[in-house]
Amino acid sequence: MNRAKLLSLQIFVAVVAIGIWQLVTTTGLFGNVKTMQFFFSTPVDVFWRTVKVFVEGTIWRHLGITLLETILAFLVGAGAGIVVGFWFARKPLVAAVFDPYVKMINALPRVVLAPIFALWFGLGIWSKVALGFTLVFFVVFFNVYQGVKEVNPVILANARMLGMNERQLLRHVYWPAALSWVFSSLHTSVGFALVGAVVGEYLGASAGLGYLIQQAEGVFDVAGVFSGMLILAIFVVIIDGLVSLIEKRLLKWRPSAEIKT
Amino acid sequence: MTEAAAIRLDNVSISYHLNDGGRYHAVAPVDVTIADGAFVSIVGPTGCGKSTLLNVAAGLAQPSTGTASIYGEVLAGINGRAGYLFQQDALMPWKSALQNVMIGLEVQGVQRGEAEARSRAMLARVGLKAFGDRYPHQLSGGQRKRVALAQVLVRGPKILLMDEPFGPLDAQTRLIMGELLSGLWQADRKAVMFVTHDLDEAIGLSDRVLIMSAGPQSRIIGDFAIPLERPRDLGEIRNDPVFHGLHKEIWDVLRDEVRKTYGEVEA
Repeated sequence: MNRAKLLSLQIFVAVVAIGIWQLVTTTGLFGNVKTMQFFFSTPVDVFWRTVKVFVEGTIWRHLGITLLETILAFLVGAGAGIVVGFWFARKPLVAAVFDPYVKMINALPRVVLAPIFALWFGLGIWSKVALGFTLVFFVVFFNVYQGVKEVNPVILANARMLGMNERQLLRHVYWPAALSWVFSSLHTSVGFALVGAVVGEYLGASAGLGYLIQQAEGVFDVAGVFSGMLILAIFVVIIDGLVSLIEKRLLKWRPSAEIKT
Repeated sequence: MTEAAAIRLDNVSISYHLNDGGRYHAVAPVDVTIADGAFVSIVGPTGCGKSTLLNVAAGLAQPSTGTASIYGEVLAGINGRAGYLFQQDALMPWKSALQNVMIGLEVQGVQRGEAEARSRAMLARVGLKAFGDRYPHQLSGGQRKRVALAQVLVRGPKILLMDEPFGPLDAQTRLIMGELLSGLWQADRKAVMFVTHDLDEAIGLSDRVLIMSAGPQSRIIGDFAIPLERPRDLGEIRNDPVFHGLHKEIWDVLRDEVRKTYGEVEA
């Protein structure tokens, strides 16, 4: 399928969905228009609300804070995940001792941690970073652990025969192998960092996208809620695109996805 | 001459612990001596432990008894004077062909510029002059083998260890890789320990062919000198009557061992 055809079909889906939404909320075919608009707002209202927050410029501060929290959560979580993943993979005893605890903590739904983080780190950005951290850390940790443990033994033997010492093996074999696993999970971990930030804001903050949505919900401002979700969705698409760009640059040694599928 | 052999395996045996507590004796004590500059093949049925012997000579595996000596020194740890060509892909996929060749020099502390110049020259010798910037996945199986060969040879090892290096390649590519190897070896005679199950390949390339019996407790059961003249044309040599005679003589010894392996599989 060519690009133009695909794009037109994608747009078609959006037009149909928005069309149904508009139909349901403005024609009265499916019930009282006022009730419908109370529950679902209308596409036009949501659109103008979104334009308004951008034109007035109030949104930038919230976007900036959410972005900052996302980036911090990702960097700290990924950094810690890489270090601990390496450590566990190279020291099987440590990994065996901590294994049940890692599983326990990872099985815990992170939302329940949000209030305790708010208590420990306050209502500023750090409680959100902490929540994002707990999500990102485990994704990166598991990937690095797996990546280092499952380094191809033939490549390893070859590297030894080429005269590499432990330090050089770490740099030229273990590190790139682990990094490729980290990058393959980059979309997931960046997404999780954002989820941590938004959920944290939703549960208690004074700024950020999650805070905006929560405020709108508090006053039954459905247009505001949908507008917040729309901005969040656009934000996610842009971040995801940036991640793809970075991935493409850093993993240029990999066979491209076209060959794989 | 009392010159020390390039590789000397003295009374080397290999056995493993089994999960049921017993021991599997893969290789009975064997002695193998490979002179400096000699091209020696080891041929045997699958699972006879020939690759393990190679790993002992490389320092990648420890013998259960006996010692490996390299130029008269008992081997402890990795054999630094040997280059090893693996059967499987062993290139680092995250490094380009050139970087893969360079790394062996860089870890020795060779200056970057010099390492690059020498690596480029070596890539040219294996016929990959224009492919230095490609990553392994962008190369064919035969090209990857060439890079691996360059990676090993650029360090100037005195000994080459090869574990069915051309096994995964198709017949034509194998022949061409054999010719390339033969030519490179002719120009700079290293001691070669070449493990294969392909008798044609073994006779075509080698000065000596050793035959191993089927496991367990496999031993060396044949040692044949190959007096064919060099340089050899691997495509044509198969029509040589001397080649035919040798092939028949060696195959008579090998055949029963190969049958034994399959007999055991059926039992």
